[in-house]
Amino acid sequence: MLWLTCPRCGRRPLEEFTFGGERRAVPVSITDPDERDFDEVWIFENPDGVTTERWFHAAGCRRWLTVRRDTSTDTVLEVVNDAPVWEPRSTLGSVLD
Amino acid sequence: MTEFIENLAPIRWHEPRSSYDVVIVGGGGHGLATAYYLATRHGITNVAVLEADYIASGNTGRNTTIIRANYGIPEAVRFYQHSLEMYQALEAETGAAILHQTKGIFWMAHTEMAMRTERARCLINTACGAKTVMVTPAELKEMVPQVDLTGAGRYPVLGASHHVEGATARHDRVAWAYAAGASQRGVHVVEHTPVTGLLRDGERVVGVETARGPITAGVVLSAVGGRVTRMAAHAGVRLPIRTHPLHAFVTNDYQQGFGPILASTELSCYVSQTERGQMLIGAEFDAQPSYSRQSSFAALRSYSHKMSRFLPFLRDLRILRTWAGICDISADYSPIMGATGVDGFLVTTGWGTWGFKAIPAGGEGMAELIATSRPPELIAPFGLDRFRRDHVLADQGSAGTR
Repeated sequence: MLWLTCPRCGRRPLEEFTFGGERRAVPVSITDPDERDFDEVWIFENPDGVTTERWFHAAGCRRWLTVRRDTSTDTVLEVVNDAPVWEPRSTLGSVLD
Repeated sequence: MTEFIENLAPIRWHEPRSSYDVVIVGGGGHGLATAYYLATRHGITNVAVLEADYIASGNTGRNTTIIRANYGIPEAVRFYQHSLEMYQALEAETGAAILHQTKGIFWMAHTEMAMRTERARCLINTACGAKTVMVTPAELKEMVPQVDLTGAGRYPVLGASHHVEGATARHDRVAWAYAAGASQRGVHVVEHTPVTGLLRDGERVVGVETARGPITAGVVLSAVGGRVTRMAAHAGVRLPIRTHPLHAFVTNDYQQGFGPILASTELSCYVSQTERGQMLIGAEFDAQPSYSRQSSFAALRSYSHKMSRFLPFLRDLRILRTWAGICDISADYSPIMGATGVDGFLVTTGWGTWGFKAIPAGGEGMAELIATSRPPELIAPFGLDRFRRDHVLADQGSAGTR
């Protein structure tokens, strides 16, 4: 994986992005609250396959992206633009905001 | 590759039986060393080491071969210092030429903060039996004449810690030495036999499912590198581990010769010279987890850029060969050895980017744990239960990577 396609900025080299970690959830099969806390803090899903994770476009639009990636081949499957895009109504508006 | 090893190292190859006392999954350094010490120290030889590919095909044959004990916490310094001393005696013990060379390691500091870290490292190392001293930039220049003390104007060298006993050894030969020693004593070393699952009897693990049929075992030890999360999941064990790729490369021959190992902790990069005269360079692992062993141009560019700041002569060399390994990085940057909470299933994992130097001590410790069911003092702090007990061994600053 050398490139990521940012929904706002287009295809950019990976160096522009900062990795934000896997977006994971504690499995529902773990019901003990202490076990859930422990899992939340220490355990990683670390899948050998498709993972969903966060990337920050640090040297671009400075927004967070959600990316689906196959870790066994290190290829990006999908980039989800989940932050609402802020569009200025006019030039004046963008200065005042 | 297998044919080459078969002809070079006196390893006896066996067909797997259907049952063993101990089955070790993973024919890398840690798996083979554990088998070797089970056979030599404890007389347990009804042991199989199952390797999915050829032995040392994983991280054992992909690291940058550095042996050091300059860690930042007492438990780690004692453990790695023991391992370093075992390496020094390994050629005499096994009779195999592992090309062990004591070179000394310099860890350069570029800020006052890093100087404080290196001074603290020297104190902890001295207190725990490792030989590490501070050197001034002038002393560093005298011992490593090629170094640019200004760091190309950007990373000035304020000082360095000198780990006197730092060494290198040929990594694949270490694995072959252990494989030969173990197999000559009756241990079965079986290549090209991937383990696809674990046999369960209720909660207990009673064997492994392989591509060549099931094998039952009294104890199963996972010495898997990289893909350990999946292996542990077969036993229902969840691990605090992420798998990151780490790249390395060698340049063409540098004829003037370069004696020591040079590293910068702040930039996380290190360089040494191989016996063939090539400059061997590695640095930090990729930020995003991945199981792909593809070298990336971005990593090569970043590593070359970092290291050529300190050694300008590197700019005249060419990259000859690149490779990558997938490292099982634990949450606190220390290894995980011992029981998992599941009967009959042990792990030696979390070796991340610091596994090669620990092969003798890790193998010896795990062998004693299997033979006596009690972890020896040196490896006891590294159990998986430390996360639950809030006794984590956070030592990222000594990993030489991040």
